[in-house]
Amino acid sequence: MKTDIDVPTPDDISAQIAAQIATAILKTPKHLPAVDAALISSGLIDSFHLVDLALFVEDTFGVRLDDGDLNAQCFDSVAQLTALIVQRQAG
Amino acid sequence: MTLIENFSQRLLRHAAATPNRAAVQLLQAGQPDHTLTYADLCAHAAGYSAALASGGVQPGEVVIIILQHGAALLAAYWGVVLHGAVPAIMPFLTEKLARERYLADLASLLRITQPAALITYAAFENAVRLALPPDASVRAVLLSEAVTPLAQWSAETLAGTRADPHAVALLQHSSGTTGLQKGVALSHQAVFNQLQAYGAALQTSSADVVVSWLPLYHDMGLIAGFIMPILSGMPLVLLSPFDWVRRPALQLQAISTHRGTLSWLPNFALNFCAQKIRERDLEGVDLRSLRALINCSEPTRAESHTLFAQRFAANGLARGALATCYAMAENVFAVTQSELGSAPHVDVVDPAALSRAESAQALRTEAGGAQMLSNGRALPNVQIEIRSADGAALPERHLGEIALRSDCLLESYYKRPDLTGSAFSGGWYLTGDLGYLADAELYITGRKKDVMIVGGKNIHPHDIEDLAGAVAGVHAGRVVAFGVFNAERGTEDVVLVAEADTPAAADVAAAVRDRVNRGTDVALAAVHLVPPGWIIKTSSGKAARSANRDKYQAAVADAAPE
Repeated sequence: MKTDIDVPTPDDISAQIAAQIATAILKTPKHLPAVDAALISSGLIDSFHLVDLALFVEDTFGVRLDDGDLNAQCFDSVAQLTALIVQRQAG
Repeated sequence: MTLIENFSQRLLRHAAATPNRAAVQLLQAGQPDHTLTYADLCAHAAGYSAALASGGVQPGEVVIIILQHGAALLAAYWGVVLHGAVPAIMPFLTEKLARERYLADLASLLRITQPAALITYAAFENAVRLALPPDASVRAVLLSEAVTPLAQWSAETLAGTRADPHAVALLQHSSGTTGLQKGVALSHQAVFNQLQAYGAALQTSSADVVVSWLPLYHDMGLIAGFIMPILSGMPLVLLSPFDWVRRPALQLQAISTHRGTLSWLPNFALNFCAQKIRERDLEGVDLRSLRALINCSEPTRAESHTLFAQRFAANGLARGALATCYAMAENVFAVTQSELGSAPHVDVVDPAALSRAESAQALRTEAGGAQMLSNGRALPNVQIEIRSADGAALPERHLGEIALRSDCLLESYYKRPDLTGSAFSGGWYLTGDLGYLADAELYITGRKKDVMIVGGKNIHPHDIEDLAGAVAGVHAGRVVAFGVFNAERGTEDVVLVAEADTPAAADVAAAVRDRVNRGTDVALAAVHLVPPGWIIKTSSGKAARSANRDKYQAAVADAAPE
């Protein structure tokens, strides 16, 4: 059931994901990854942290990510992950 | 009296006795479950064996297999065995690993092991050929797509059935640039001696079912999660490490579905499963079939056992089913095993004496003590000795280097007499690990060597330092990498400290991180840039890693907000 209030914009989603990656995964809270920076293919996020990112996305944005989504073909940047979330929220 | 056999004879004996029994059930995301009976496995393997013979590969020669985790890898491995050649698995290129780095590592593996053939995919052939040196030993590059199973084969045509049981059966490498230059060569007989001794410790039978997601290029995956079940006639349920890391519940679900009895994990995976598995993925999961879930391949932690046991008790996990093991490729696999059916002992000792690396004095009360988790007693065919710095045998509860002697030790580091010679002392293998014995049970306290163990993988700091030292803005040779234990993750974090002209430069730190992440199979947890002169050097000029670790930890503690 979608609600019309408090739906985050794609920019909000990207900002939250970038902040989460910087603080919880990279431990560099002052240096956010660029929205188009390669995350998985660069090894910036190692495979052990993909589950963390998926749990964060599911809990924060209320969409389901399957294990088959967690690879560079499905998303490799904050912008691509945001697009996936927006698509799932609409679907 | 044990019958002297080789790998091929043992495999074919199973195929003759129980051709339709499942040898491996392969579960991979996005693919239907795939059962390979012993007859199927032999037919597929015989296809590879025939292709190797056509390619002019002689028995006793090394064949490097570069395939992803899956049916082709299993068949190719046993195909090399049935041909009487010596298999070695090169980990496949990962999404993040830089191709040039990977091919450089492959080239050095080829230079040292001098293989007669490679087995890979058609799509990877050109890349692999680029790694071949001009005077390459490689006479054949076999493509897995071109190999078809042989429905009709006879043992007489398979040269592997005539292999000398005392000859080298396989090579086992650890990962990374340094690890790939150090292949552990194991004989058929050594592996069988291990299987017999370890099987006795685990009280295995044909009623056991092994469940594993471990990669086959690692000793725990190769021996416990591949060769042992197949040669011992225990069905193997094999998952992919790539699937598991994205959905750690898969292993527990497979244990539940297939009534798994034995499974192995490195310590970090206990934390990972306990922290990351969704409740929805545990619905209906029943772990009561498990006889032993064995924590192995990196230092075992009492805290990780408690975390895991508490999380999965509701799924029927018995506390006594969580076991520990101390293992290394050089001893084929297991050195010790905790007693099955009861939780491993926790020895509470004086942390002050431990940190002085003197002794492990038992404390009567738990308050303020260090909780050491037992790895159990030596296998029946293994002797353990704790040695002082000058090589003298130490009594119980004294800390020293762990030395071992057994009938399942490596033949050599393949074509590396230099490394082989320095690894042994009077027939004893010097492990480089530090620990103590108490009531004949082994406790691990640290390492003499610089190697880091991250998620069960051995990581050589040199590999990381060489990559980081080449980044613009970093002072070459003024770089140090070390492991820092992360209690939440249950394993070590890899930290890199580098001297730089402008330590505050975020782009230099990012470039270091990127280069190391793409050049190794670990991800750096932290890059700490420091001004020139920060790093402590020993008189030999070699970075004193533990001293720099202490200095780093003090600096980070000072900087952390209260």
